[in-house]
Amino acid sequence: MLELVVISTLNGVLFGMLLFLLSSGLTVIFSMMGVLNFAHASFYMLGAFFGFQLTKWIGFWPALVLAPLLVGAIGMAVERYGLRNTHKHGHVAELLLTFGLAFAIEEIVSMIWGKSPLDYRVPALLDFPAFTIFSTNYPAYKIFMLAVSVIIFVALLIVLKRTRVGLIVQAALTHPHMVGHLGHNVGRVFMAVFGVGSALAGLAGVIAGPALVTQSDMAASLGPILFVVIVFGGLGSLPGAFIASLVIGLVQTFAVALDGSLASAFGPLDPSAGPSVLTDIWNVTIAQVAPIVPYVLLVIILIVRPMGLMGTRES
Amino acid sequence: MRKLTLAIAVIAPMLGHAASAEDTIKIGYIDPLSGGGASVGEGGLKTFQYLADELNAKGGILGHKIEILPLDNKTNPQESLVQAQKAIDAGAHYITQGNGSSVAAALEDFVTKHNTRNPGKEVLYFNYAAVDPSLTNEKCSFWHFRWDASSDIKMEALTNYMKDVPAIKKVYLINQDYSFGQSVRSDARKMLGAKRPDVQIVGDELHPLLKVTDFSPYIAKIKASGADSVVTGNWGQDFALLLKAAADAGLKVNWYTYYAGGAGGPTAIKQTGLDHQVFQITEGFPNSGNQVAMDFEKAFRAKVNLSLWYPRAVNEMRMFKAAAEKANSIDPVKVAAALEDMKFDVLDGGQGFMRKDDHQFFQPIYISSFGKLAANEPFDEENTGWGWHLVSRVDTPQAMVSTTCKMVRP
Repeated sequence: MLELVVISTLNGVLFGMLLFLLSSGLTVIFSMMGVLNFAHASFYMLGAFFGFQLTKWIGFWPALVLAPLLVGAIGMAVERYGLRNTHKHGHVAELLLTFGLAFAIEEIVSMIWGKSPLDYRVPALLDFPAFTIFSTNYPAYKIFMLAVSVIIFVALLIVLKRTRVGLIVQAALTHPHMVGHLGHNVGRVFMAVFGVGSALAGLAGVIAGPALVTQSDMAASLGPILFVVIVFGGLGSLPGAFIASLVIGLVQTFAVALDGSLASAFGPLDPSAGPSVLTDIWNVTIAQVAPIVPYVLLVIILIVRPMGLMGTRES
Repeated sequence: MRKLTLAIAVIAPMLGHAASAEDTIKIGYIDPLSGGGASVGEGGLKTFQYLADELNAKGGILGHKIEILPLDNKTNPQESLVQAQKAIDAGAHYITQGNGSSVAAALEDFVTKHNTRNPGKEVLYFNYAAVDPSLTNEKCSFWHFRWDASSDIKMEALTNYMKDVPAIKKVYLINQDYSFGQSVRSDARKMLGAKRPDVQIVGDELHPLLKVTDFSPYIAKIKASGADSVVTGNWGQDFALLLKAAADAGLKVNWYTYYAGGAGGPTAIKQTGLDHQVFQITEGFPNSGNQVAMDFEKAFRAKVNLSLWYPRAVNEMRMFKAAAEKANSIDPVKVAAALEDMKFDVLDGGQGFMRKDDHQFFQPIYISSFGKLAANEPFDEENTGWGWHLVSRVDTPQAMVSTTCKMVRP
């Protein structure tokens, strides 16, 4: 039992940190521009595919740096030539732009790389068990993923809270006009933030690609859970996204590990009643409903605390 | 007069074109070409196209060319019905599908209804891989023919093998949460319980179909249960990712599977380092030792660059041709009648037959294991250097199960 708890905690924290890497960019972009970027998970997918291609050409380590930069550049271009032009038509237009972009990116990716999963391998340097607990190996690559996520989190926090750049970004979040009057190019700040947010998604893609699965529907399968994370954590709040990511990661992993059902808690239903919808619900285990648990959490938090865990706005 | 000539000149080629279009036999291939099942669906499509080319090169079926219409159903029953209608609208009288018994059940129902409502425009449904037993039992239909061994036939053969392996003490079941996965799970419980009452079932897991991207939590659970063997019906990415997670965690168990050889599976098994500890149950495999099958495998690999994953598709297409020639017609009703109780020499050797009672094809079944190749085994998988090795062969009479089907004939 202890073994299962320890391993599940490790797995949960790891998945949570990956979610954070993705949601950090999304939530910063949201707080700044008021736009939910539907294409964010698509940037994550682009990161994985660029990572795969560049790994083939120049190796994993250069790809780890180059692929996020490329994705970041695409993100900046989208902001500069797409979002900035649609901004004057209001949020709905911006939302639709990112929504359409998500579809376009998925189609382009499947046109270039096909729809089958790619053989994106863990680099040889990290392809060994880092340590063994209770006779279970923990792969070094997963520790590497964890380390990258933690470094990014700390770096983001320092940049946003302790540097002049962070000061301007934070000011531009709440008082863009004042920042503009003080002589800063708010447009460029927006573009940079969008680029950094996309690059973070791209980085998550490069490192998650070999560990999970790299194929053209990976954005669609991860997209919804990202929105759960940022709404749960509070729209626009970085610490909120961090806590929410960990909570969702742990909840999802532990739900899989639990075999409890209503039947095991309260005993089986009277067999004379025969099979019905009720017996199905009675016998379903927590493990079976694990994938919907985050969405149940989302509904609960929206009812109890609509602004999310650390959110500040009521809307 | 001149106008008439002109009209004929314009219309005549159109008629000619219509006639030649009517001449080809169109087979609607309805399977996932996107999403989590895409790798499997694309492999199937290439197989059917290869088989159609092969038949066309030899003059087609009764002089008719065969054309495969690829239709993407995204492993979704609802979408499959739209695609089936599209195939019918395009002039197809035959559809074939394999991935997903939930899809198969929807298609079987759709075809049956369509044929009742449109007499004279019947459509046959050739099922090459959906193995839920209910398709040839309570849901059986005259218009549905299945070439793959149903899940209970496979489990019967698999448990017959497992019962003689004394090392199996604790078994863990992990399956996809839909009709097929549930039937694997209940068959395994029933048959293992009957044949090896001493074996303990230490876990029984159902997970969402083609949605899980990281199986580590499930692997942790298997490990904690102390299982020595895992039985799984997982296919496509659900198998490859399961084994990938097992390799990462260093889980050392024996795997008894239905579909370990699917795309990505062999690569993942190689990563686990489990040499001849992963078993699969099929109606044929590359190193079966049968010369005809091995020659076919070689030609297939050279052209398609894939290993032959569907020997049953070969049986299906060749038997379709034989049935059409026996009926001397490509009319679906006559072909269906000719297929009933038809005997056929299958690709991997031995004879199979299409049982009239339920339209299930019975054939020899093989259990093979994956690992280092012996000298007389030329074929590896996915460039791993490892390949399939014969463990046990079950002949047709021993690979039969009874049916509850009450066939309604037109």
